[in-house]
Amino acid sequence: MPIWLYILTSVIKSAIVLGVLLTAVAYTVWLERKVVGHMQNRWGPTRVGPFGLLQPAADGLKFLFKEDLTPPHVYKPLFLAAPLIAVIFALTSIAVIPFGNSITIGGYSIPLQITDVNTGLLLILGVTSIGVYGVALAGWSSNNKYSLLGGLRASAQMVSYEISLGLSLVGVLIMSGSFSLRDIVNAQAGHFWGFIPRWNIFHGQIIGFFCYLMAAYAETNRIPFDLPEAETELVAGYHTEYSAMKFAMFFMAEYANMITVACLATLLFLGGWHGPLFGPAILQAILPVFWFGVKIFAFLFLYIWVRGTLPRFRYDQLMAFGWKFLLPLSLMNLVATAIAVAW
Amino acid sequence: MISVHLILFLAFGAVALAGAVNLLAQTHPINSALSLIAVMAALAGEYLLLGAEFVAAVQVIVYAGAIMVLFVFVIMLLNAGIEDRTKGSRVAVLFGIPGMLLGSLLVAWVLLRHSGTEAVAVGALPGAPKTIGMLLFHEFLLPFEITSILILIAIMGAVVLASKPPTAPPVEKVSD
Amino acid sequence: MVPLSYYLVLSGILFACGVAGFLIKRNIITIFMSIELMLNGVNLSFVAFAAHWHALAGQVFVFFVMVVAAAEAAVGLAIIIAVYRTRETLNVDQVNLLKL
Repeated sequence: MPIWLYILTSVIKSAIVLGVLLTAVAYTVWLERKVVGHMQNRWGPTRVGPFGLLQPAADGLKFLFKEDLTPPHVYKPLFLAAPLIAVIFALTSIAVIPFGNSITIGGYSIPLQITDVNTGLLLILGVTSIGVYGVALAGWSSNNKYSLLGGLRASAQMVSYEISLGLSLVGVLIMSGSFSLRDIVNAQAGHFWGFIPRWNIFHGQIIGFFCYLMAAYAETNRIPFDLPEAETELVAGYHTEYSAMKFAMFFMAEYANMITVACLATLLFLGGWHGPLFGPAILQAILPVFWFGVKIFAFLFLYIWVRGTLPRFRYDQLMAFGWKFLLPLSLMNLVATAIAVAW
Repeated sequence: MISVHLILFLAFGAVALAGAVNLLAQTHPINSALSLIAVMAALAGEYLLLGAEFVAAVQVIVYAGAIMVLFVFVIMLLNAGIEDRTKGSRVAVLFGIPGMLLGSLLVAWVLLRHSGTEAVAVGALPGAPKTIGMLLFHEFLLPFEITSILILIAIMGAVVLASKPPTAPPVEKVSD
Repeated sequence: MVPLSYYLVLSGILFACGVAGFLIKRNIITIFMSIELMLNGVNLSFVAFAAHWHALAGQVFVFFVMVVAAAEAAVGLAIIIAVYRTRETLNVDQVNLLKL
């Protein structure tokens, strides 16, 4: 297709995906408050709009109008840059995630993905690695010992669990033979024995899924691995000194990371957009995106369910789990997958 | 002849040079560390222009995302401050910066004069992970295994060197 | 099309900046970062030559350089922490006695 049309469709796709992602971040916060509330035998937000559905809008307005304090003696350039780094790299990795097959508009076939890089998985790993800087620099520049400790612990935790994250993905890579996310999903098409779908989680990667799940909880600093930002431990960890819009950016970055991790788990282990297709052609174009959304919702619900249920690890338990249990487990998963595929 | 390749090369090269010069010019190590991260990101862009996509990804993941995090971590841990100017450092700056400029101008002049116009196309390298994997595990298997042993030695060395020296247990007083 | 010499000039200037940083800086961590800058400059010239002569071994060697840089960074930073613990300073001009 001509270059101007390619640029136009890319810009439109980016705008749509970014809008949907930011709305999804806001409503993930709502979902978490409702689900954790119900688990704790209370209602969650109910007053603003029906079922509290306008609560994210109220929260957004609150963040806009709150006073934006900058404490004295902070290292100003990094204090301002750290939430920007966190949020920019949390939103960037959505660029290579495919949402469905190609749709055909006006004779051109437009893939439902902003760009299909053939090393897409490596790009997501790289963006995750750079996102550690937002946390570390926020903790250091705040000139506050709780923030510094929280920042150091959080960045040490994120760097340690990145290894297990990468290794758990290599099992999937061996089975599909390509780094491109679209190829990985296409390798999971079809069924075993007619009704069990050929998703990687049923195709032998259950240990890989477990390792990925644990590493993802640790990478996104969620319970049971959320010591760096626990309120009872370190005031609020690395974002203690942040208020209003900058805090909102850290908040958005955390939930955007959760959504990215959920998208990646869906693509790599749960079969992406594959699901039962039925109905007329227009429905068949939308149903893959719907199945993708359902799987992401299930994964996010699992995240929130674990948050409402488990207590948090102590820091030395956390690091021991990452290095002494999860890393050998993902290595053994890798070796077992490699042997199984080589035969 | 201005092409998109040349413009992108100059853009990434300018960022890399600005980062390198900024590393020299800044006094606080954290600013130098961030400039070095910018240099590495610009170099990853250069590798992509040459077609080495796997090397570019590994540069971002390993170099900018892990090694530099280690540097930033140590700077935060040791609370490194602005470095002070001593007599030795003033002498070094006086002689070092013109010397470095002279040296690099000489190298650049020799390279640009004697090279001719052999050009490197965009994406000239087959940098797919598969080709690199085949090379790494067939022809370069021995260096690969030796570097893995090297990493093991480095891990053990780092753990031993950075651990606190063992303190003697306090002598227990026997009370009657 | 970018001539090969442009890549080599960029690599040379990065290496020269690394050498200059190694000689003029007094903070031990910044000196270490200048070493990393030198290694990066060398990596660029490896990849440029590999692209020019279609020799894939250049890319593979870049991996080995990165691995060695990682190992060296880990051990070097551990040494820096050990030095800081005993000397209480990060200025190389003040670490000039073998025994405190």
